Amino acid sequence: MTSSGFVDRFRTGLWHENPGLVQLLGLCPLLAVTSSFVNGLGLGIATLAVLMASNGLVSATRRWIQAEIRIPMYVLIIASLVTCIELIFKAWFPALDRSLGIFIPLIVTNCAIVARAEIFASRNPIGSSIADGFVMGSGFALLLMTIGAFREMLGQGSLFARIDMLTGGEPMRGIVITDGGWLLAILPPGAFFSLALAIALKNIIDRRQQKKRQAAMPGRARRAAR
Amino acid sequence: MNVAVFRSGITLAVIAAICTALVATTYRYTADRIAANEQAWLERSLQPALSGLFYDSGVTESKIVIPPPHELPGNEAAVVYRVYAEGAPVAALFVVSARDGYAGPIRVLVGIETVGVVTGLHVLEHRETPGLGDRIESTKSDWAKQFNGHSLLDPEPAGWAIKSDGGQFDQLTGASVTPRAIIKAIKETLLYFDERHEEIFAEANTEELMEETEQ
Repeated sequence: MTSSGFVDRFRTGLWHENPGLVQLLGLCPLLAVTSSFVNGLGLGIATLAVLMASNGLVSATRRWIQAEIRIPMYVLIIASLVTCIELIFKAWFPALDRSLGIFIPLIVTNCAIVARAEIFASRNPIGSSIADGFVMGSGFALLLMTIGAFREMLGQGSLFARIDMLTGGEPMRGIVITDGGWLLAILPPGAFFSLALAIALKNIIDRRQQKKRQAAMPGRARRAAR
Repeated sequence: MNVAVFRSGITLAVIAAICTALVATTYRYTADRIAANEQAWLERSLQPALSGLFYDSGVTESKIVIPPPHELPGNEAAVVYRVYAEGAPVAALFVVSARDGYAGPIRVLVGIETVGVVTGLHVLEHRETPGLGDRIESTKSDWAKQFNGHSLLDPEPAGWAIKSDGGQFDQLTGASVTPRAIIKAIKETLLYFDERHEEIFAEANTEELMEETEQ
């Protein structure tokens, strides 16, 4: 793969086809765990790992998988991988595992993962499937972190609180901006509002860029419009 | 037999075997660490309920389980850890459930000295509202600390309530159901310990009991 190809891919995963922002996949974990940055980061890493591994496995076995049984196959592969990730979290990040609770096992139901298996990994070679898992997983993780940080700042007045769940050591309160905060932001409605804001922001930026491109190349844009 | 169906079955079986092997291998390499983490977490979570006490290590080994029905708060089996200092009983730790939480039961750890004084309260598990009821957690506020040093005589039974109910303890702004539930649970635990503390420390065959509970 060329390096410019990879950069393009990255742009697609992080921005143009972001699983959370554009495809709106995996919204249940996205909305549920993003009450703090650390939770978002933790679930982001877990999802990223599962996505890379499942893309890799699905791609490696794609020759032997008949079309009729592909869905049970994906479910089997994804469920096993999630169980492995859960065990690894329990062994090395027990505090984070406790904080994320049921949402680690629930990665199984994240449709973003099945979607990548079906759309990409089942018809592409193993290397580029793993790369696709990495790119899409990063897009999802980045969104989880952004919304987590936003809601934590607004709702608790802090940032990076309990980062010790990943690094180990004593409980840390993170960067304290204000004491307490706007409660709504960490309650479930706050999750919907934050996601809506993020999507709106992305659409505004996209539209601006489109306008700029049209202004720069009037002839081509007109032709394209026709 | 239909060849295609047969082939699908074989493929599924092979993939299932591979996946099972993957999970089994991961389990094998993480099981010890997970068990050690659970133990460490338990020991660590017992600590805050024993503030200011000197005690022998291995508190988790002196566990007894009191099956329901019992007069302790909560409907499920209550767990008691007996704490010794140089072999003599100094305190007991109760893991009980405050039933009337705002969002379901609240698992708390109540430490009580043999003389009946609270040595600490630590919330183990709850589903209270973030930002309101969750300030019972010791990482979020000092609310849980106010019970240290109190007993059934200090304050009088009527004083075991939040201030707005005419009691002596602080409430949490915007959440009165949660503190009420916890205070009630502490009081019930103190009463139970007051009546039965000889019985609790009399059960000598700890190891036998532990084996029973593990099964």
